[in-house]
Amino acid sequence: MSWHNRVSFERQLHQRFSRRQILKGIIVGASAPAVSALLAACGGGGATPTPTQAPAAQPTATKAAASPTAGGMTPTSGMAGATPTVITTGTAVTYTKDNPPAVFNADQAKKYSNQQITYYGDSVGIGAELDQILAKKFSEATGIKINVVPKPQSATENYATYQRFFSAKSADVDVMMLDVIWPGAFAPHLLDLSQAFANEIKQFYPTIVENNTVNGKLTCIPWFGDFGMLYYRKDLLEKYGFSKPPETWDDLEQYAKKIMDGEKGSNANFVGFVFQGNAYEGLTCDALEWLASSGGGTFIENGKVTINNPNAVAILNKVRGWVGTIAPRGVTTYQEEDARQVFQGGNAAFMRNWPYAYSLAGGSDSPIKGKFDVAPLPAQPGNKHVGTVGGWQLGVSAYSKNKEASIEFVRYMTSPQVQTYRAVVGSFVPTIPSVAADPQVLKAMPFLQSLQDVVRVTRPSRETGDKYNQVSTIIFQGVNQILNGSDAAQVLPQVAQQLQRLIG
Amino acid sequence: MSQRTAVGARPVPSLQRGRGLTLAQRQARLAWLFLLPSLVVVLLVALVPLVQTIIYSLTDKRLGSVEATHIIGLKNYRFLLSDGAWWHAVWVTIEFTIITVFFEFLLGLLIALVVNSRFPGRGPMRAAMLVPWAIPTVLSSQMWKWMYNDIFGVVNDLLKRVGLIHQNIAWLARPDTALFAVTSIDIWKTTPFVALLLLAGLQVIPDELYEAATVDGASKVRQFFTVTLPLLRPAIVVALIFRTLDALRVFDVFYVLFGARADMTTMAVYAQNNIVAFSDVGYGSAISVLIFVIIGIFVVAYVTTLGVEQS
Repeated sequence: MSWHNRVSFERQLHQRFSRRQILKGIIVGASAPAVSALLAACGGGGATPTPTQAPAAQPTATKAAASPTAGGMTPTSGMAGATPTVITTGTAVTYTKDNPPAVFNADQAKKYSNQQITYYGDSVGIGAELDQILAKKFSEATGIKINVVPKPQSATENYATYQRFFSAKSADVDVMMLDVIWPGAFAPHLLDLSQAFANEIKQFYPTIVENNTVNGKLTCIPWFGDFGMLYYRKDLLEKYGFSKPPETWDDLEQYAKKIMDGEKGSNANFVGFVFQGNAYEGLTCDALEWLASSGGGTFIENGKVTINNPNAVAILNKVRGWVGTIAPRGVTTYQEEDARQVFQGGNAAFMRNWPYAYSLAGGSDSPIKGKFDVAPLPAQPGNKHVGTVGGWQLGVSAYSKNKEASIEFVRYMTSPQVQTYRAVVGSFVPTIPSVAADPQVLKAMPFLQSLQDVVRVTRPSRETGDKYNQVSTIIFQGVNQILNGSDAAQVLPQVAQQLQRLIG
Repeated sequence: MSQRTAVGARPVPSLQRGRGLTLAQRQARLAWLFLLPSLVVVLLVALVPLVQTIIYSLTDKRLGSVEATHIIGLKNYRFLLSDGAWWHAVWVTIEFTIITVFFEFLLGLLIALVVNSRFPGRGPMRAAMLVPWAIPTVLSSQMWKWMYNDIFGVVNDLLKRVGLIHQNIAWLARPDTALFAVTSIDIWKTTPFVALLLLAGLQVIPDELYEAATVDGASKVRQFFTVTLPLLRPAIVVALIFRTLDALRVFDVFYVLFGARADMTTMAVYAQNNIVAFSDVGYGSAISVLIFVIIGIFVVAYVTTLGVEQS
C-alpha cells in the first residue's frame, strides 16, 4: 500500500512538473539571479581590480602605483611658483618616523578631550603606519580618542563606502581622506571649513584650495598631492647629444625618435615615450596635460565645454601620430604600472608618470638606477609647463557629532609641521609650497626643486559634481578612440556634444 | 487509504483538512508543501531583486544624491533604445558569445572523447584538465594581459621565435585583434568545463550499444553520429545553455583587459559602469532589465529549438 502510494506520488509529481517545465523553471530562476548577481557584482567590485582608480595614490614605499585621482578645474597661472607667506615649518627639527611633530594646537583641542572621533585613513603601507603614529601623538596630547579605520584600498570601493555613509546621514565617520576629484560630488555632506581654517588655508597651493571650494564652501583641506611629470634617461640624452630635457612636445618627439633609432639596433623592444593611454581615469589626466600645455584649455571652463578647439585637435592628433612610432602600439592599454615597467626595464627614453615612480625607478634593484631624472612635462611654445593634480584631502562629515575635535585633528594633520614630517619619512608630496621648498623635504624628494614652477592643473570635477565620473568617461573614451586611430577633428565635436548634453 | 498509510506517516494538518479530496489532489497538495521552502527561497533571492530592479528602472534614482527620486516612466528605456554605446555593447557581447560557445563546444567534445577512452594516467589527466577552470578569472585575465603585452609579452616572443611574425603585435590595443585575444582567453578557461559536462554524458552511454553497433558492422564514424551524439544530447543541451548564459553575462575578463574602453564594452560592463561609476541607478537598472530580456530570448530559443523535453 505504502509502496504503491509512493509510486503514484512520484508519477504525479512527474506529470505535474514535466521535465520541460522544471528545466524552464531552473533556467528562468538562474537568469533572474543573473540580473541581481550582476547588480551585486557591480556594487561589490569584489576581487576585481578597478582600472578607473588605478592603484593607491601615494608616492610611498607601499610600491603601489600612483592614482590618476585628482580633480579639478582651471589651470591657474604659475601657482606653485608664487609662494605665499612662509610659515615656520620647524626646519630645525629633524624628523624620524618615531618622532612626529608636537601637537601645536593641543591647548585649543583639549577643550574637547571628552570627544571621540572616527578617522578613515590610509589603507596600506607607510601611510597607514603614519596615521597610527600621528593619531596616537594627537590623542596623548589632547585626550581626544581617535579610532583609525583603514579606508577601502580601491578608490571605487572607497567612493561607494562614503556614499553609503552619506545617504544614511551616518555619524559613524567624522574625519576622512578624500580624493581630489570628490569634493564636487560630496560637497553637500561635508562640513564647511572656511571659518575654522581662515588663517591656515592661505599657505596651500591655491589651485587645490579652489578645487576643494564648492560654491564658496571649503569642503576639505589639501593633505598630500601628486602631479604628472616627465621622467627621462639622462644617460641616453647625453649619448645622443642632447644637453637638456625637451622643452616642447615637438622636441620630445624629435629626441625620442633619434634615441629610439639609435637604440633599436641593440634592443629591438626599445621605445621613445610611454604614458597612460588606456581608457580610464589616468588618460583624462594625461589628456588634460596635453591640452593645457598647448593652449587647448581644460575641457570645461566656467561651465562651458571647451574641449573642441583647434589647439586640442592639433595636439591630440600629434599624440595619435606617436602611437606605433615613438610610443609602442600597446600604449593605448597602458596604465601607470605598465608604463613604469617599460621605463624601469630600460626600454624607454621618456615616461609620463606620477612622483611615486621616482623612488621605485631609483631603487637598488632597478636597472636604470642613477640613469634617469625628472623634468616638467613639455609645453608647446608660448605655453606654461603643467602637471595634472592628483592626491588626497582631509574633510569632516557634516553628520559628525564631534565636529570641533575633528577640526582640530584635521588642523594638526594638514599643518606644515606634519606635512614636512610625512614628506621626509613617507615621501608624501606636500600641498604647501613652503614645505615643498624646505631643504629637508628637498633632500627626500629632489625632483620637487626642478618642478616648483609647474602649473598644477585640475580636472573639472568641482563644477560637474557627482557627474564627474561620467564626464571623465566621455573624455577618456574619446581620447582613447583618437589614440587608436580616429581623427581628433571628428571625435572632439562628438565628445563636446555629449559633455554639453550631460552638464546641460 | 487512511492517513496512517501516507508516506512519512506524520499526519499533516492540511491533509486532515483535505478530507473529501481525491488521492491525486491530496498528493498534489503535499507536493506543493514540500516545494514551498524552495519556492520561498527563489522568491527572495531572485524575484524580489528582479522586481526591485524593474521598479528602479522606471525612476531617475541616483546613488548618494540629495535630490528626491522621481518616477519618470519609460524615459530610461526610450533613451536606452537610441543609445549607440549600448547597442554596440550588445553586439560585442553577442559576437563574443557565438565565438566562444562554438569553439568551447567543439574543443570540449573533442577533449571529452579523448579523455573518455582508456589510457594510462587518465585520472591525473582529468584533474590537470581543470586547472584553467579553477583559476579565478580576475587572476587569469591579468596573467593573459601580461602574456599579450606588446613589449615583454610571451605570446609575441614565441611567435617571433617560430617565425610567424616579425614585428611585435599589440594584441589588446588593436581593435582587429582585441576580440580574438579576449575570446581565446575565455575558450582556454572554459573548455575544460564543457569537456567535463560532456564527459559525464559519455560515461552513461552503455558499452553494449557500441558492441551491438560493431556487430552490425557500423564504422567508428557511423557509431559516433548514430549512437554517441543522440545519446549525448541532454548533456550537450545543458552545456550549451550554461555556456551561453555565462557568456552573455561576461564581465570580469573584459573589465580587467579593457577597463571602460568604448569599443570593447560588454552589456554587463556597461551596466556596471552606469550604476557604480556614474551612480545612475535608474538608467543602470533599465540596462539590467534589458540584459535579462535578451538572456531570456536566448533561453527560450534554446529550449524550443533543441527540444529539451524529448531529451
